[in-house]
Amino acid sequence: MSAKKETFGKTVGIVVAVCLVCSIVVSGAAVGLRTMQQTNAALDKKTNILTAAGLYETGMNNAAVAEVYEQFVQERFVDLETGAYVEMPEGYDMYKAAKDPEMSSRVEGSNVGFTRRPDVASVYVVKNEAGDVSRVVLPVHGSGLWDLMYGFLAVDADGNTIAELIYYQHKETPGLGGEIQNPAWQALWEGKKLFDDGEVAIQVKKQAGRDNPYAVDALSGATLTSNGVQNTLQYWAGENGFGPYLKQQSWRS
Amino acid sequence: MADTKEMKKALFGPILDSNPIALHVLGICSALAITTKLETALVMSLALTSVCAFSNLFISIIRNHIPSSVRIIIQMTIIASLVIVVDQVLKAYSYEISKQLSVFVGLIITNCIVMGRAEAYAMKSPPTMSFLDGIGNGLGYSFILIVIGTIKELFGFGTILGFEILPLVQNGGWYQGNGLLILPFSSFFLIGGMIWFIRTIRPEQVEAKD
Repeated sequence: MSAKKETFGKTVGIVVAVCLVCSIVVSGAAVGLRTMQQTNAALDKKTNILTAAGLYETGMNNAAVAEVYEQFVQERFVDLETGAYVEMPEGYDMYKAAKDPEMSSRVEGSNVGFTRRPDVASVYVVKNEAGDVSRVVLPVHGSGLWDLMYGFLAVDADGNTIAELIYYQHKETPGLGGEIQNPAWQALWEGKKLFDDGEVAIQVKKQAGRDNPYAVDALSGATLTSNGVQNTLQYWAGENGFGPYLKQQSWRS
Repeated sequence: MADTKEMKKALFGPILDSNPIALHVLGICSALAITTKLETALVMSLALTSVCAFSNLFISIIRNHIPSSVRIIIQMTIIASLVIVVDQVLKAYSYEISKQLSVFVGLIITNCIVMGRAEAYAMKSPPTMSFLDGIGNGLGYSFILIVIGTIKELFGFGTILGFEILPLVQNGGWYQGNGLLILPFSSFFLIGGMIWFIRTIRPEQVEAKD
C-alpha cells in the first residue's frame, strides 16, 4: 500500500527518524549501564586476585569480595627494571601502558608471545591478619595455543614458592588447553619453587612427578598450551619480568 | 476462537512444525559455536528470543511506513540496536556469561532467523501476532540449542549446568569425556540427527524427490 506513495522525502524522513530513535535507545543503554559494567569488571578482577591470594571462598557475594579485598590486598606498582616500588597515578593500567612506546620496552629473546611489555607493572600485595605480607600476586600473560592467556601468579613471601597460578582469561580449547582452569591442575602448583640457585627453574613437563619441586605435570593433549604456560612463567619470573622484584623482595621494607 | 488458535500456532508452531533450525536450517552458526555448555546455550536462547520478539514487534508497528526500497536497512538498524542493548544488559547483569558468549551476542545481528522473520512475517502481519511469532521462533531456536547443549555438556564434560553427573577421569572419576563433543563442529552431527528425528515424527516436512 505504501509502495505507490513512496517519495524521496518520505524515505529520507523515515530513515532519519528510525536512526534517531535507535541511536537514542543504544546510547541510553550504554550510558545508563556503564557504571554497573565497570563495577562488574572491577569486581571480576578482584575475585580473581582474591582467588590467587587464597582468600576467596565459593559463594562470596559482591560486597564480601570488595570488603575482603579492601582489607587484605593492596595494589602497588613496580618498576620492572629495578624491582623497586614506584608511585603511579590511580587507574594506571599496565596492559594499556604496554601499547604506549614511551611506557614500554621491546621483548627480546623470548617466545612469550607479545612484543612489548610495560615498564611499570601492577602487583597485589596480600597481607594476613597480623599485617605481614603473606603473598604477592603478580599479573602474568603469555601466548597459549590460540591467543594470549592472562593470569595471576601468587608467590609466597619468600619470593620463591608458588602458591597459586590462576588463569582468568584465555581462548584455549575447552577440555584440552582449557584445563588450565581445572582446580585439580591448579592445585599442582602449590608449593613449587620458581628459582633454583637464582635461576628460573620452574618447568611444565611430562611426568613431572609430585615430589619434584621445580616441575608441574603438563596437560595431556595440550602440549602447546603447556609450553605457553612454561614460557609465560619463564619470562615473568626472569630478568625482564618480575625477577628483580622477587629477588629484591621489595615488600619486606 | 480462531484468533487464539492462530496465536497458538504462531507461538508453538515453530518448535516442531516449522522449526527455524531444523526445517529452515537458519541460524546454524551460533548453534554450532555456543552450545558447548548448557548455561551459555540458555542465555543465548534468551537473548535471541528477546531480540527476535522485539524486532518483530517494532518492525510490524512501522511496517506501513517503511519504504520498500530501504526496508532491509531499516530492519537491520532496528535489529542491531536491540542486539547492542541486549549485549549491554548482559555485560551489566551477568558479566561472567557475557564473557563466555563474547562475540556471539553481537553476531545475533547477522542471525538469519531474526532477519528472516522480520522480512517474511513482521512486514505483513499486525504487531501482536508478529511479537508472538518472534517469541515462537525464539523458542524453536532455544529448543534445539538446549537439546544440543545438554547432550554436548553431559557427554563432553560429564556435567549439566556445571553440576557433575558423570565424574570425569581427570577429576578422579570413571567417565572419559568425549573430546569430539567439546568441539563446535560436533553440533553438525547433532543438528543433523535432530532434523532426522523431527522429520521421522513429522513426515510432511520431507521434501518431495525431484
